[in-house]
Amino acid sequence: MAVIQFTLNGKAQSIDVDPEMPLLWAIRNTVGLKGTKYGCGMAMCGACTVHFNGQPTRSCSLPMSAVAGSSITTIEGISEDTTHAVQRAWIEEQVAQCGYCQSGQIMSAVALLKNNPNPSDADIDAAMAGNICRCGTYPRIRSAIKKAAQLTASAAK
Amino acid sequence: MESSVSRRKFLRLSSLAGAGLALGFYFPAAAKAATIINGTDAAALGVELNSWIFIDPSGKVTLMCHRAEMGQGVYQSLAQIIAEELEVNLDEVNIQFAKGDKKYGNQVTGGSSTVSGSYKNLLKLGATAREMLIAAAAAKWSVPASECYAEGGKVIHKPTGNKYHYGELAEAASKLEAPKEVKLKPVSEYKLVRKPLPRQDLKMKTNGTAVFGLDFEVPGMLYAQVERSPRWHGVVKSFNEAEVLQVPGVKKVVKVKMSVHDKYREGLAVVADNLWSAMKGRKALKVVWDDSGFEHVNSADILKRQEEALKTKQGISAKKQGDPDAVLAKATKKLDLIYQTPYQAHAAMEPLNCVAHYHGDKIEIWGPIQAPDWVQDHISKQMNVPREKVIVNMTFLGGGFGRKAFTDYPHEAVLISKEIGAPVQVVWSREDDMTQGPFRPGVSYRCEAALTNGAIDAVRIKMAGQDLSNWMRPDKKSANWGTTEGFADPYFKTIQNISFTDIPFETPIPPLWWRSVYASTNGFAYESFMDELALAAGKDPMAFRRQYLDDERMHKLIDKLVEVSGWNTRKKKGGYGVAIVESFGSTVGQVVKVSKPAGGKLKVDKVWAVIDCGWYVNPDTIRAQVEGAIVMALGAATQHAMTFKDGKAELTNFHNYPVTRISETPPIEVHIMDNDANAGGVGEPGLPPLAPALANAIFDLTGKRIRKLPINLATV
Ligand code: FES
Ligand code: FES
Repeated sequence: MAVIQFTLNGKAQSIDVDPEMPLLWAIRNTVGLKGTKYGCGMAMCGACTVHFNGQPTRSCSLPMSAVAGSSITTIEGISEDTTHAVQRAWIEEQVAQCGYCQSGQIMSAVALLKNNPNPSDADIDAAMAGNICRCGTYPRIRSAIKKAAQLTASAAK
Repeated sequence: MESSVSRRKFLRLSSLAGAGLALGFYFPAAAKAATIINGTDAAALGVELNSWIFIDPSGKVTLMCHRAEMGQGVYQSLAQIIAEELEVNLDEVNIQFAKGDKKYGNQVTGGSSTVSGSYKNLLKLGATAREMLIAAAAAKWSVPASECYAEGGKVIHKPTGNKYHYGELAEAASKLEAPKEVKLKPVSEYKLVRKPLPRQDLKMKTNGTAVFGLDFEVPGMLYAQVERSPRWHGVVKSFNEAEVLQVPGVKKVVKVKMSVHDKYREGLAVVADNLWSAMKGRKALKVVWDDSGFEHVNSADILKRQEEALKTKQGISAKKQGDPDAVLAKATKKLDLIYQTPYQAHAAMEPLNCVAHYHGDKIEIWGPIQAPDWVQDHISKQMNVPREKVIVNMTFLGGGFGRKAFTDYPHEAVLISKEIGAPVQVVWSREDDMTQGPFRPGVSYRCEAALTNGAIDAVRIKMAGQDLSNWMRPDKKSANWGTTEGFADPYFKTIQNISFTDIPFETPIPPLWWRSVYASTNGFAYESFMDELALAAGKDPMAFRRQYLDDERMHKLIDKLVEVSGWNTRKKKGGYGVAIVESFGSTVGQVVKVSKPAGGKLKVDKVWAVIDCGWYVNPDTIRAQVEGAIVMALGAATQHAMTFKDGKAELTNFHNYPVTRISETPPIEVHIMDNDANAGGVGEPGLPPLAPALANAIFDLTGKRIRKLPINLATV
């Protein structure tokens, strides 16, 4: 066990865990934030995506030892009240079905739009291909990302 | 997996906890006619109120969702139906999941039956409550009820404009007799039904707050990971308990035998005070299995044996009209083709999991459960605890696809809780979820036909595959009911000589229904065969189907499909394929367009779908379901297939069982037919046509006929 300090959704966190424990289980079971999901445990599905120092990262494959001193953002840290442009676009386009993959999808989409405010279809495919949705919400994810880009652009005007 | 609405009693039970209006249904086992009773009658009947609608004195309206929400949108659509006739705004309504309980009738979320099986009752329920509220208001004002109407959660007196909020009327209404007959709105007056209203569960599925099974916790809960017999029927010979107990956090290793169909599967549960320790403990576990006494199957052998059986075995007749054998014996122009579909894993995004607490005289279960009533029945029998003492709570499901309608994983969790004397959450790893099954069975078909001058004289179809209900049917002598699934009914009117035969086929692989059940494999065989028949008859595949699907609704659907896909103006040999499959009371037609850049991989450019599901609730939810079914079907048609080697599932996770990703998803256009015919299913029927439409499109483009799934797009 080791005490590991990091920033989680803007707040200082200090937890005593097995340094081998993946961030996913530390967030879910030690801290108790359950919005981040488990889907494969081997960085193949994207359900566990969080931002690690701003970069979309698969938390199932990131040991706590690597998290020390870093800044982590989870779905709970995206907005207080579901008002992030990506979340609004997600609701407007009625993206989710079962919803299980959507935290990960949204985290990937938020990161994409931060770096590329006006992504093409090919950009979207490239950035989102690591996130599986077994319910098949991909067509709506595509349109929601475009809508979020518009919402962000018009808010900036 | 069907609900039978006609046998249900419909009744009113009033006055829950004194204040407020509560209405519900009564589902006695064998009743034929609907009975309406009041609260006193309910008490006399000794039944407990199932308040499907509850309006409290503050005006808060709570509606019940008695089925599982696994993405298909019932959480919204059931409420949308009731609210339509109740005359309340949806954003003022709370939706609650029912627990598993006989009083809610059939709660099995399967067979795409949730809306189709209950909408008539739900409309009537909403209208009954509305009429009682109007009657209560009219009495308060001492005016005739005919002068009053309901709107937006209020009753309004037309001549004066006076209003009462439902909350102000709820108690008075609860004391009234429920009307025996209520008038339902014509479709043209619907305000909520048939409107693409936003789903109420989507906000919590967009901010991480929706609670899935995996997210559920109870105080004092321990965690378990289970190493189960990799060949399914093996038994534990020995294991290194001492070493596993050394892992920090691990409390116990317990042997568990969960029921899978009519057999038991052994496993060793590593129980720890946190999930990570359970996972580490399991990694340290080494088990020696005794795998003797049963066959260790290989996928290649299964296909060979099925083909063999199709050619040599007589089988059991499932459906027959005319004399196809005699016609085929004399025919000069004949087709005789084999189609094959593989086994599949469900691979829902949320791996299986379940929380259970065994208290001795009572059992509590929480989890992503598609069929709470089946879980109750099963656990009650297996654990010898009365049914009503098995309390099953449904969370949101991270996908189900049929897998979560099975009762093995709750049973296992209950057994572990009993053994350790504490509540426990059993978490399946992705590998467990993928390799343990039960699986959608792979099926082989032999399709024969005789043709004269471009007309079908006879069709003879044989199907060899594992029967999904064999374990529930001790005689194993009747034909598999699924043999004709997916074959559109109107074909039986136009093909005079036709037969379907089930060739019973067994393996040690545990089988289970998978989204769209038999239609998921039958659809590929039957609609590929139709295409080959059209070609042999020298006809356009769409026109050929129009000729043989001689039915008004089918013709309208085909016309729509022709129109939206531009079928009649398409480039010949341009890579267009069509398939039309009827399943779960709905018909879906799809056109797939493919292309192949020089030297490149075959690409799916677009899919057009038209669904006729009769009366429907939310067009946007329907479009979402059909889009999703197409995406899932595309993966099954072109990417993944579960294979077995030496008695074990070979594929373990998404790296070797690749499912459809966003970059492989073509644009999809969905159209809904508008009519008032009986409601059909929505969650499943969109899946079966994709594979045959794709294979037919590939033939159109390349001249290469594919009769075996999955299709390798890189090599066609
Ligand atoms: S759970 Fe981390 S990528 Fe699948
Ligand atoms: S919404 Fe169900 S897996 Fe994506």
